[in-house]
Amino acid sequence: MMWSEQAPISLRIFSLPAQLPVVRAAVEKTCELLGFDDQTTGQVVLSVDEALTNIIKHAYKSACDRPIEIELSVLETEALPALRISLRDYGCWVDPSLIRSRDLHDIRPGGLGVHIMKNCMDSVDYRQADGGGTLLTMTKNLPVQAREA
Amino acid sequence: MSSHQSPIKEIEWIGSTVIARVSGDIDLNRSPQFQHGLLELLDRKPRRIVVNLAEVRYMDSSGIASLVKLLSRTRKAGLNLRLAALNDQPRKAFEITLLDTAFEIFSTEKEALA
Repeated sequence: MMWSEQAPISLRIFSLPAQLPVVRAAVEKTCELLGFDDQTTGQVVLSVDEALTNIIKHAYKSACDRPIEIELSVLETEALPALRISLRDYGCWVDPSLIRSRDLHDIRPGGLGVHIMKNCMDSVDYRQADGGGTLLTMTKNLPVQAREA
Repeated sequence: MSSHQSPIKEIEWIGSTVIARVSGDIDLNRSPQFQHGLLELLDRKPRRIVVNLAEVRYMDSSGIASLVKLLSRTRKAGLNLRLAALNDQPRKAFEITLLDTAFEIFSTEKEALA
């Protein structure tokens, strides 16, 4: 497998919205190489974008000079192999119980990102990182043909 | 594309309808300008607003939120808002957030103007 847990792809950006397209392009290419179809690739790209947007807006309160570390790897498990995406920030810890989707029938701006991530990814996990900040880990199960490769 | 360039690249009036043609990715980087441009349309006192998204290949929740804010304002003002020509990714994002049913969405600008 190209990207095992021992050989992840690592990206480090600043909390600059202008750098988001670069991450989207890297995630899109990774998904393409792993054999995801266009629809699933779009879901993964959007989920990563929403996670980064939340980090910039909430963990870093729109400061543009804070680090965000992104790691892409293939998680080999006895069950389903999956693309694992980890996003690490060093900002304010947000209680996971407060990170939830809002009622989508309440039509108003904001609060859509968490719903998108939970809807598009197979798992979404927030935990307090060692040394402060938050480690967000999301997984997407690999398509069948990639599992057999 | 420069992040300083407005996502609304063209505005056209047909009678009391204003058409806003949008281009480029709409993400956290460009949604503030997008929202500002959309809300400015209200100052021009149209009866109907058509937002043509044919040249938008990518939109995240911040872009959708800008359109939701415009929808809220148009409803309060008794105006009609229509979206036209959504590409696959923006359309999927609307579907995931269940907002495809909140907006009047048309396949083409021409249909939105009918």
